[in-house]
Amino acid sequence: MKLLGLFNYWVFAVLLMIGLYALISKKNLVKKIMALAIFQSAVFLFFITMSRVDGGTAPIIQAGVPDQIFSNPLPQVLILTAIVVGISTTALGLAIVVRLYEEYGTVEDDEILAMDRES
Amino acid sequence: MTTLLIGIFLLSLLVITAVAIVRSEDLFSAVMLSGIFSLLMALNFFLLDAADVALTEAAVGAGVATVLLLAGLKLTPPTEARGRSLRKLSVVVIAATTLLMIYASFGQPTLGDPMAPAQQHVAPWYIEKTPELIDIPNIVTAVLSSFRGYDTLGEVFVVLTAGIGVMFLLGGGRGKPFSRLDSHVEEGLSGHLIPKVMARLLIPFILLFALFVQFHGEYSPGGGFQAGAIFVAGIILYSLVRGEGLALAVIPPRVLLWMSAGGALLYGSVGLAGILMGGQFLEYSVLSENPVTGQHIGIIVIELGVGLTVTGVLLSIFHAFAARD
Repeated sequence: MKLLGLFNYWVFAVLLMIGLYALISKKNLVKKIMALAIFQSAVFLFFITMSRVDGGTAPIIQAGVPDQIFSNPLPQVLILTAIVVGISTTALGLAIVVRLYEEYGTVEDDEILAMDRES
Repeated sequence: MTTLLIGIFLLSLLVITAVAIVRSEDLFSAVMLSGIFSLLMALNFFLLDAADVALTEAAVGAGVATVLLLAGLKLTPPTEARGRSLRKLSVVVIAATTLLMIYASFGQPTLGDPMAPAQQHVAPWYIEKTPELIDIPNIVTAVLSSFRGYDTLGEVFVVLTAGIGVMFLLGGGRGKPFSRLDSHVEEGLSGHLIPKVMARLLIPFILLFALFVQFHGEYSPGGGFQAGAIFVAGIILYSLVRGEGLALAVIPPRVLLWMSAGGALLYGSVGLAGILMGGQFLEYSVLSENPVTGQHIGIIVIELGVGLTVTGVLLSIFHAFAARD
């Protein structure tokens, strides 16, 4: 039972490392951006896992219900804003990739490096 | 117990989807899978009692992010170059780090432990003081816009900065924010009957729901970030079905730029108004004679600012990608 309660952390570790692996070993820049998104989502999962309280509910106060237990609102606030910032930075990364493709004609990073070395 | 098992099932699906995203050589299917990944993530957030975060992830991750990646893919090659991706050293390092992190997890408090350190610090104070100091039901909104208003101001400016960056990289220069506008009239999907009819039925409700999420965010899950993303999803659907040109006629580029900057400006001026009325930067209590009413005014105005900036920036980014040849 105690072990099942740690499952979220294991998934966090695995997702984080899947993202990092793809970031290191994939050559395609669009794929790298997706890997970064997976890496980022893993961190979100970690924060939200920490916010949960047993027997709790979403932190919205209902009138007339006494002694409610709430999950921790603070990690939720941080992650809520982080998701929107995440999409903006992903879009920025993607814009850079599009510009690179227009200049180099490829989005594979080894080919781009090779072209840079030649010139 | 049931919730825990559903959670484990969803998390396992999440890992499978992530592996599939990394393995797939066809980037188009990888993008579709990443939409599924976000949707599963939103379900997990919902199970973990984070309704606001789930709403954001569903709107932003599964909706807007997928469309942006597709728009980016339209401009770059749709498949990955084959082979030579597996490197022994990186596999070893990643495997070792994963095992280390799993080993470290045994020192973590279990899921939902009420005595966990994260539950002991400032969170009880926020939960206890929100009804007294701010008096709105949604504690997440209260923390986001009042207690931690500085953070949120910073985030809004990060979003604005990212938007400016994309416009610099992909925009068409001064007076012509999106490259292709007049030269190219796109029909969108208007030749397809079913998407056209469905979209016509859905769009008004999506926009109405966005407004509801915006202005009801103090009482239910929601707020400027989610509302902005949902509104953008509605307009994107419109431009997919009716074509770029019409969507840009509905909200012209000039208006979008003003919305992006104006929202952040509105947020900042609420802070300055606090100083002018004799308080601190972003102190809403001084905005009205009754401190609690002041908080309400401040929160509604800054949420409006957040909503405007998020809508403006995300739509500008979408058009910047979609209007490029």
